[in-house]
Amino acid sequence: MTATAQAAPAVPETPDDVLIARSITKQFGGLVALRNIEFVIPRRAIVSLIGPNGAGKTTFFNVIAGLIPPTSGSIELSGMRLIAPARRAWLEPLLWFAPPLLVLLIGILVSGGNIQLVALWGLLALLLATLILPTAMARPAWYESFIRRLGIFRSARPNDIVRSGVGRTFQNIRLFHNMTALENVLVGMHLKLRSTPVDAVLSTPRHRAEEEEARVRAARYLELAGLRGRDDELARNLPYGDQRRLEIARALACEPVLLLLDEPTAGMNPRETGEITALIGRLRTELGLTVLLIEHDMRVVMGISDRITVLDQGERIAEGTPEEIRRNPRVIEAYLGKPPS
Amino acid sequence: MTRQRGTVEDSETGATALGSTDRLFDFFGRHRSVAIMAAMLLVAIALPLIVLAPPFSGFNTQGVWIDNFNGAGIYVLLALGLNVVVGLAGLLDLGYAAFFAIGAYTYGLLASSFYGIHVPFWPMLIVGALVAALFGIALGAPTLRLRGDYLAIVTLGFGEIVPVVFTNSDALTNGTNGISGVDRPSLPGIIFGASNPVPFYVTMVVMLTIVLILLYRLQDSRLGRAWMAIREDELAAASSGVNTITTKLLAFALGATTSGLAGVFAASRLVFVSPDQFGFTVSFTILAMVVLGGMGNIWGVAIGAFVVFIVQSVVLKQLTNFLQPLNIPFLSSIDFLQYQFLLFGIALVAMMLLRPEGLFPSSRRRRELHTAQGDDLSSPQESAEPLT
Ligand SMILES: Nc1ncnc2c1ncn2[C@@H]1O[C@H](COP(=O)(O)OP(=O)(O)OP(=O)(O)O)[C@@H](O)[C@H]1O
Ligand SMILES: [Mg+2]
Repeated sequence: MTATAQAAPAVPETPDDVLIARSITKQFGGLVALRNIEFVIPRRAIVSLIGPNGAGKTTFFNVIAGLIPPTSGSIELSGMRLIAPARRAWLEPLLWFAPPLLVLLIGILVSGGNIQLVALWGLLALLLATLILPTAMARPAWYESFIRRLGIFRSARPNDIVRSGVGRTFQNIRLFHNMTALENVLVGMHLKLRSTPVDAVLSTPRHRAEEEEARVRAARYLELAGLRGRDDELARNLPYGDQRRLEIARALACEPVLLLLDEPTAGMNPRETGEITALIGRLRTELGLTVLLIEHDMRVVMGISDRITVLDQGERIAEGTPEEIRRNPRVIEAYLGKPPS
Repeated sequence: MTRQRGTVEDSETGATALGSTDRLFDFFGRHRSVAIMAAMLLVAIALPLIVLAPPFSGFNTQGVWIDNFNGAGIYVLLALGLNVVVGLAGLLDLGYAAFFAIGAYTYGLLASSFYGIHVPFWPMLIVGALVAALFGIALGAPTLRLRGDYLAIVTLGFGEIVPVVFTNSDALTNGTNGISGVDRPSLPGIIFGASNPVPFYVTMVVMLTIVLILLYRLQDSRLGRAWMAIREDELAAASSGVNTITTKLLAFALGATTSGLAGVFAASRLVFVSPDQFGFTVSFTILAMVVLGGMGNIWGVAIGAFVVFIVQSVVLKQLTNFLQPLNIPFLSSIDFLQYQFLLFGIALVAMMLLRPEGLFPSSRRRRELHTAQGDDLSSPQESAEPLT
């Protein structure tokens, strides 16, 4: 009930918005897949994104998930700006290469032609580069905050986006096919598990306790998604509908605030579609999730959404409640073509 | 209530009905590290005894056999390390021998009269492994954005560069001639030597046991799952929160560590290091061992490497020696050792055609291939998948 109350007009921003997209544009060469898209998702709302094939819906998902950098525009998640144009990006390579080069230079100057000494300094420089470069590529949290303090900004990567609370499924199922259903969910829990490789190698009590508890929790996610008893089946051997469910279970295992579902009922029969729809409703009421849904099945969309946004050829052509969207002439036109006049 | 009690009793009688072998398996299932230790101990004791029996006793003396086992152990270590990179993380590395070389040279340079530095063997095991790990990270870093074929070609390049660097830095590494007079390990009261391979043998068995336990534990951890996730679908792994860069670097580092260990051991066993010990054939042999053994299955890879090495270095020679005096036309004139890579190639091709999952596939892969054959055309899932 509260959710519908909160799902008041979506366009004006409130502090309680989970996601704010500002003027997102994405071009693939000459093709404009998204043009100046403004988008706001209030907390605990179910917002749907609809539109004809090729409208840019999946592209928008990929931009939010950090998989595709937008040509312009920015995205804020729970008040944090995660995706935006880079700032002072040129400074970063300097940070990496200056120290080893400096060491090498000093080495050459100091050793006065002694090749063995130069080699030793070279080795030292190499060692330094070996430490700096992979660290910079792995971008641990402390490194991030360090470069932020230097005024450098780079958009978050997909795993950072997951960390800040976004889980997603894929339109074309992308499971870990040769892993069991349970293992798929356990990978989804990756960021929620704390034990390090050293813990694992030493098999510390903490590690064993965490693993055991993780398996129990993973089984619970499977059950929630309607996959009870399928734990040990390889993902590739699951029937199509169960693979879609497993994708949802894996996305839930990240404990997201915002769940992105890309056509979760595609290819499902009416009974399965009903089950998935009910599941999405439960995710909001029971887990308090916010859901952004791409869906072609209008019964699902109209039945469950608080707000609907319609994309057509990369443009947002309408936004409103299901009732408003149903009556919107531009939407009808986009879906059915221009009525003969 | 009564029914419930009934089931409890049933399961209790079931438990007592368990045979002692079942209980043993159950115990080892729960205590895998103990099982690995027990298995390694058994194998380590059995192998030197088996070779006393014909036909093995006719091939070599026990001492030579044990020395061969030490050589095989080196390759088992190498294959186990490469299995992490290729089998678990799915990163095709064609230049893996580079880290073997780095481990061996680290020991060769720091424990020989070449520089007059003589660091003892035992700490050098760790140093060699760490240096190799560092290079694993250094060489891994530029390849992280590459996939599949491109990655393979870049690692192939590294595999070639490293021996060439050792060859051409005459002043630092004695070039083509290599470093001779490398120190043997030493322990009070124990002599490590060519005539006494047993101490090396014990060392190798202990090293292998530790590495096996470590690998099994890692494979079943958060990191192991992340490796497999990257192998299966890198993009989905990243979208599940896996830091693909760190995870891949750790695979490279761990593979290199194992290889470095093998390198230090090899250098001290042969008391000699030279660049031509680490050519492409070595990288290729290790990769073939992993594939033949069954990618991703730790035991399979270990057994595969052991068998391949023994066939290469013992069986082929014995076959030649055995056939020569028999005067069979054609067959007796073949030197099988010369054709070892031909035979190797044939074995690989045959394997890919007949048993693509390797000799000892991981249960996972076997299931996968099994079902793939089972429901070839009648699978309704494929057709139900929408294309958009
Ligand atoms: N990586 C890419 N490179 C080039 N063009 C792309 C890429 N991804 C998407 N496009 C193009 O962008 C447009 C929008 O694609 P998108 O997949 O976002 O559509 P969609 O709304 O999800 O459609 P559907 O309902 O069919 O899934 C399409 O014309 C598509 O061909
Ligand atoms: Mg789409």
